Amino acid sequence: MSRPGFVLEVDDRTPPLIVHNGEGFLLERFPLGTRVVYPPEALPAVRDVEEAIQNALLNPIESEPLPELLHAGMRLTIAFDDISLPLPPMKKPDIRQRVIEAVLELAAQAGVDDVEIISANALHRRLTPNELRDIVGERVFRSFFPEGKLYNFDAEDSDNLTHLGVTKHGEDVEISKRAAESDLLVYVNVNLVAMDGGHKSTSIGLASYKSLKHHHNSHTMIHSRSFMDHKASKMHHSAWRMGEVLTEHVKVFQIETTLNNDLFSGGLGFLQKREWEWSLKDQASMLAAKRGLAAAPNKLRHKIYTDVRSPYGLTGINAGKIEPVHEKTIEMVHRQHMVEVQGQADVGVIGVPYLSPYNVNSVMNPILAAVMGMGYHFNAYRGNPIVRKDGALILYHPVPYEFSQLHHPSYVDFFEEVLSESTDPATIEAKFEKQYAEDPWYIHLYRTSYAYHGVHPFYMWYWISHALDHCGDIVWVGANRKTVERMGFRSASTLQDALEMVSHSVGRSPSITYLHNPPHLIADVR
Amino acid sequence: MMLALEMYRSPAKYLAAKAVGGRIPGMLTGPAAPLRLVTINEPKADREGWARIRPILSGICGSDLGMVTGSTKMYFSAVVSLPFVPGHEIVGELLDDCEDLPKGTRVVMDSVLTCATRGVELCEGCAAGNTNRCDRITVGHLKPGLQTGFCQDTGGGWGNLMVAHRSQLYAVPEGLSDERAVLVEPLAGAVHAAFRANVQPGQSVLISGAGAVGLFATLAIRELTQAGRITVVAKHPKQRELARAFGASDVVAPDEVFRGVRRSTGAFRLKPDLGAKEFLLGGVDIAVDAVGSKDSIDTVLRVTKAGGRVVLSGMPSTGVDLSPVWFRELDLAGTYASATSEPNGRPAFETALELAGRAPLDGVVGAKYPLYRWREALDHAHSAGRLGTVKVAFDVRAS
Repeated sequence: MSRPGFVLEVDDRTPPLIVHNGEGFLLERFPLGTRVVYPPEALPAVRDVEEAIQNALLNPIESEPLPELLHAGMRLTIAFDDISLPLPPMKKPDIRQRVIEAVLELAAQAGVDDVEIISANALHRRLTPNELRDIVGERVFRSFFPEGKLYNFDAEDSDNLTHLGVTKHGEDVEISKRAAESDLLVYVNVNLVAMDGGHKSTSIGLASYKSLKHHHNSHTMIHSRSFMDHKASKMHHSAWRMGEVLTEHVKVFQIETTLNNDLFSGGLGFLQKREWEWSLKDQASMLAAKRGLAAAPNKLRHKIYTDVRSPYGLTGINAGKIEPVHEKTIEMVHRQHMVEVQGQADVGVIGVPYLSPYNVNSVMNPILAAVMGMGYHFNAYRGNPIVRKDGALILYHPVPYEFSQLHHPSYVDFFEEVLSESTDPATIEAKFEKQYAEDPWYIHLYRTSYAYHGVHPFYMWYWISHALDHCGDIVWVGANRKTVERMGFRSASTLQDALEMVSHSVGRSPSITYLHNPPHLIADVR
Repeated sequence: MMLALEMYRSPAKYLAAKAVGGRIPGMLTGPAAPLRLVTINEPKADREGWARIRPILSGICGSDLGMVTGSTKMYFSAVVSLPFVPGHEIVGELLDDCEDLPKGTRVVMDSVLTCATRGVELCEGCAAGNTNRCDRITVGHLKPGLQTGFCQDTGGGWGNLMVAHRSQLYAVPEGLSDERAVLVEPLAGAVHAAFRANVQPGQSVLISGAGAVGLFATLAIRELTQAGRITVVAKHPKQRELARAFGASDVVAPDEVFRGVRRSTGAFRLKPDLGAKEFLLGGVDIAVDAVGSKDSIDTVLRVTKAGGRVVLSGMPSTGVDLSPVWFRELDLAGTYASATSEPNGRPAFETALELAGRAPLDGVVGAKYPLYRWREALDHAHSAGRLGTVKVAFDVRAS
């Protein structure tokens, strides 16, 4: 039986605690009284995954069983979540492969031969053939990719987009033409955290910039409290409205899967455990990892982390109509991630790990480090943020000046050009977003290379706008001073220095909450 | 007799400066400098139209430094007459009446030694007002010398006394400080460069370099044309600040040029094989090289759009890859000194005098040295950008 998450109060006996710090980790001694939020242990995994998949497809929620929706001569499109999920990537076989294979088997039995499989990457970068293969598996890849029937969605291919209409709020709903004109769209989702899935899947994953800009903007993002609670998130409200329009035109069979918190194994298995429960083997692994990573050249360290594959277990699979399916999904995700926290703190502490949804097989540039800390982890709450209004946020990450020209070309320009002029999301949006969104070079790289769309760094910056608005002080521990200053933050050498720096706003004895994440958690702040 | 800095012929020092100057900059103003402080005979102003001038301030130009450091091409050896007193950016005081200019008038000088100064029949260039294109700079009653400051007979601004012809002189208006007036010669060069750039309304311009040449080109292009976005490549913080003050729309670091221009123009960025330098398809309409280095010229050629214009404002280096000139059908234009009849129908110096009066030039002359501290002055000028200085000048009266 897995134990729930809990909040530890640091006392004299508390050992130094793991803090994720990019491609490495620290053992940090927190001030006495610091509250440390630990995620729940991994929930038990479904024993027979194939049976669970079959059960979901044959006994869907508020929908006919999938075989009844399949018939010869129909157009079937299968869309799936792209490489940004799950984090870290899953050990093979990927759950999407198993589900897609099951759907294809039923389609074949029904005589469906017009099938296309689309990576729902929206404005994310295209997946390489190898990355597609890793997700859908060798068999599906070989059958569909050479024929051009397995491909990345292209949000700039205007010939292959369909405008389905506008929501009651005037939001355009424009998605993949193939999906829009299919007799059935099967969406295969991996719901790692609560913000994923539901109407966000299709109406964001297969949408164009024209559609996305209605909710991916500074105003919506700043008013989304929190992204982990779709009922309190303006972005999700917009996606839900779009979903209503979309489902009027397209029959969607939603398949959502949930994974447990089994992220680290082998030499990094100690990261799954609470520090005072480390066995001798765990302690030896920790020491070996710590010293090995410290001594390793950057490239080797990067490779060690990039090669991490998680042994997630499937905790649930639900299929059928989008809303009720997503309710079940959210219930399971909350069971896995939710930790009750009493009250907000003056200071929140977050260790930013090496990986975000947008640097899988790439490098975490300064903007992505900020987004991981202030977008994802800060927003990993329900109710209230872990930090009080105008409190301080202390983040750990080296934030090196490092960009991938292949994956993030517009990020470099955003960092150099846009952030040097302003860090205010609304100002940035008004002055620069359109230029970047319509820059022909970025569009070219997005469509033909493996680059995120030119507008993507703007979305990342909007992501952190809630934290920027909420926190009075943001300090990074151990970060490159120049890079964090460009982003409008400050850098400290140690936690003590950081606490000293924020003391003018939170006092000399602030209450502190440290999110011990990952493994993933959602702080249910009462 | 007068005190002056004299450039003299010394092949050994020239070669030494050329060989090690880049690695040991101290050599350039130390033992390897073909320059000496001497007491020599004053130049004579015994022909009609000539007068003696006592320099007040005399600037140190990139071309002066080029001579000292041995980076000036041997090409120019045929158009100078050694030994000579350098210094062609001057503001001085007339010691004699000079036609309509009475003794005591403060003057600035167009340093080009044209047909009029040499007493020969006007060549085609001079006749058309393109005095900077004079073909007779080696003949007439003066020894060879493309400009005052490179000619044995005229003296130069780095001495206590020099001579100039009336055709070279412009009276300095009351109220224009010496520190601003000494900038008129390089400003006139920038005015000429702005006209040579032939900027059409709304066109984008890149100016590579933010020393005096680049900054003044920025100022002149912003003031005299209807250029759209002007991007300046600047290395040092003070240069970036001044570039913006002089009219730059944006400023990029040297290693940011391709990124910055690509972003501002929506161009495509290509990377050739085997480490060859990248280039843009698309880019700025007009690029001005104000450095003269191989790297700078290579860069401006690679970021200018097809059919665009590249203006060489700095004294150019060798070894530049001209492939983009051919492939992108670029117009390559040189710009040297200034003319007495610019496209606006006026001498560049008149326009420059107006600019000197109204532009934000306070503090641009960042350091003044007496002649006897010439080694420090040249050291300072050599590192001017890094030290936050645009122009270093000799304070000749203090010498």
